[in-house]
Amino acid sequence: MSGYTSDPRIRWQESLPWIAALAAFFLLPEYLSLGARVVVYILFALSLDLILGYAGIITLGHSAFFGLGAYTAGILGAKYGVSDPFLQLLSAAAAAALLGIATGAVILRTKALTLLMLTLAITAILLEIANKASWLTGGADGLSGVQVAPILGLFKFDLFGRTAFLYCLVVLFFGWLLVRRLIYSPFGAMLTGIRENTARMHAVGAPVYWRLVLVYTISATMAGTAGALLTQVNQFVGLNVLGLEPSGDILVMLILGGVGRIYGAFIGPVVYLIAQDYLAKQYPEYWYLGIGVLLIVVVLFARGGILGLWDQWLQAFSRQRSSAKASAR
Amino acid sequence: MILYVISVGLSVTMGLMGFINLAHGVFAMAGGYIFSTVMARLGMPFPLALLAAFIVVALGSIVLERLLYSRLYAAGELAQVLFTIGLIYASVAIARMVYGTLAVPVFLPEYLKGQVHFAGRDFPTYRVFLILVSALLIVALWFGVERTRWGAMVRAAVDNRGMAQSVGINTRVLFMATFALGSGLAGLGGALGADILPVDWGYPFEHLVYFLIVVAVGGLGSLRGPFVAALLIGVADTACKYWIPEFGAFLIYAATIAILLWRPMGLFGVRA
Repeated sequence: MSGYTSDPRIRWQESLPWIAALAAFFLLPEYLSLGARVVVYILFALSLDLILGYAGIITLGHSAFFGLGAYTAGILGAKYGVSDPFLQLLSAAAAAALLGIATGAVILRTKALTLLMLTLAITAILLEIANKASWLTGGADGLSGVQVAPILGLFKFDLFGRTAFLYCLVVLFFGWLLVRRLIYSPFGAMLTGIRENTARMHAVGAPVYWRLVLVYTISATMAGTAGALLTQVNQFVGLNVLGLEPSGDILVMLILGGVGRIYGAFIGPVVYLIAQDYLAKQYPEYWYLGIGVLLIVVVLFARGGILGLWDQWLQAFSRQRSSAKASAR
Repeated sequence: MILYVISVGLSVTMGLMGFINLAHGVFAMAGGYIFSTVMARLGMPFPLALLAAFIVVALGSIVLERLLYSRLYAAGELAQVLFTIGLIYASVAIARMVYGTLAVPVFLPEYLKGQVHFAGRDFPTYRVFLILVSALLIVALWFGVERTRWGAMVRAAVDNRGMAQSVGINTRVLFMATFALGSGLAGLGGALGADILPVDWGYPFEHLVYFLIVVAVGGLGSLRGPFVAALLIGVADTACKYWIPEFGAFLIYAATIAILLWRPMGLFGVRA
């Protein structure tokens, strides 16, 4: 896990994901709706990374915020005729933030298994509400016919997902700026400190609890935004955005990419969702088996995920080169 | 009561050994499948099939424990959570490949079908049998942990592993045996409960929340805790679904949150 570094300048490599995304936009027009989904999950993974990777809060209930955001946008669009995308996005973010601060203030006093259980119970409650309140949420059938007006009155959501893709990308860009700003700030350093040694952070006088509540709320807001984006892209919300399984999925994506690093949250969803798109349709059983085995292998042998392996490989490579130079001399 | 039998196994691994084992439902599912298979294909009688479920699952879990779990005893919670989720995915996929997507059939012997008259009312025989078996297990476990040498050794090893090792207890073997016992109990619970909680490939995911609630509410490391919690949850869940079906499982989760906030270690928890 990489932690606090003092150099907040943006390196040239960091423009690569954005270049890749734009290249995908022009080169792979038939995959843009998948692309938009990938972007949404990157934002979701980024929000989880903030609390899991940096602050060390282990949660199985992050889908609560994602789902709440998704349903807020959906209900506004389908039942109340609020079709402006930004208004939907803001309301979803606000709703998720409220839930984040309300639940965070209560559950962050606990830790380990109890915390895990509480997060799980919260998303389970939301799932139950979404399931039972079918007059509002459509219940098990989901909520279809979500109205989304053209962005700024100009850009309509088209069938190929071009607008959706760029729109999600722009939102992700702002999310990325925010997260980047946060983790390179003293606040980010404090979070890393809490993750590594909570007792010592208490000892140096850091307001541990309030910092955790704050970051939990920020993360919830981002997850809610991601959920709203998903609704707008699909123009549909279903029960599958809530509960244990989406929480597990996003956890897997993040771990796969590399937890505790910004770009882990980028790589994970890309690899996971593209693999899923190819494999899950043809061999659903093997897909789950593969994911399970992969997860076990990652936990046992490659704790840093794909990016962790990449770093190790780079290090080994540079070591080899320097030793080759030394022997040449 | 089924919840209890399965959860008490979880309490043994999670509470006594301090390992966050989300894959516990996998062992219960395996127990259910084995139970059904040996009865349907091999025509084993009911009690033997139960025994088979217990033993096969326990043996299987020893293999897993040696190969995988034991590497993660010292690892963080995150690694344990992820690892066991991976195990769930893999096992669910395997179960689906081998047994398909339908729940497996369960055959009860004739003498456990029908009704029992007691105090002027009728009770399904099988449920009475379940309650009796669970009661027996409770007594046996309580005796095992509180009154035998093995129980004392386990408790010592959990409290202070280094110290236990230095007075000559082989904690490696001890933990292995404890893990096998916990998993075996899950298998037994899955087999016994197959009639009530149908065994299919989604089993570990569907019931995970219930098992976890029982253990978390009951408190880690105690035998009485999960028992009371399972009873509480079972009764409350049935009552809620009967009287106010529109709330569904909502109240269970709400109650769980309330109890955990009131007593973060669970009702009878001894350790954080």
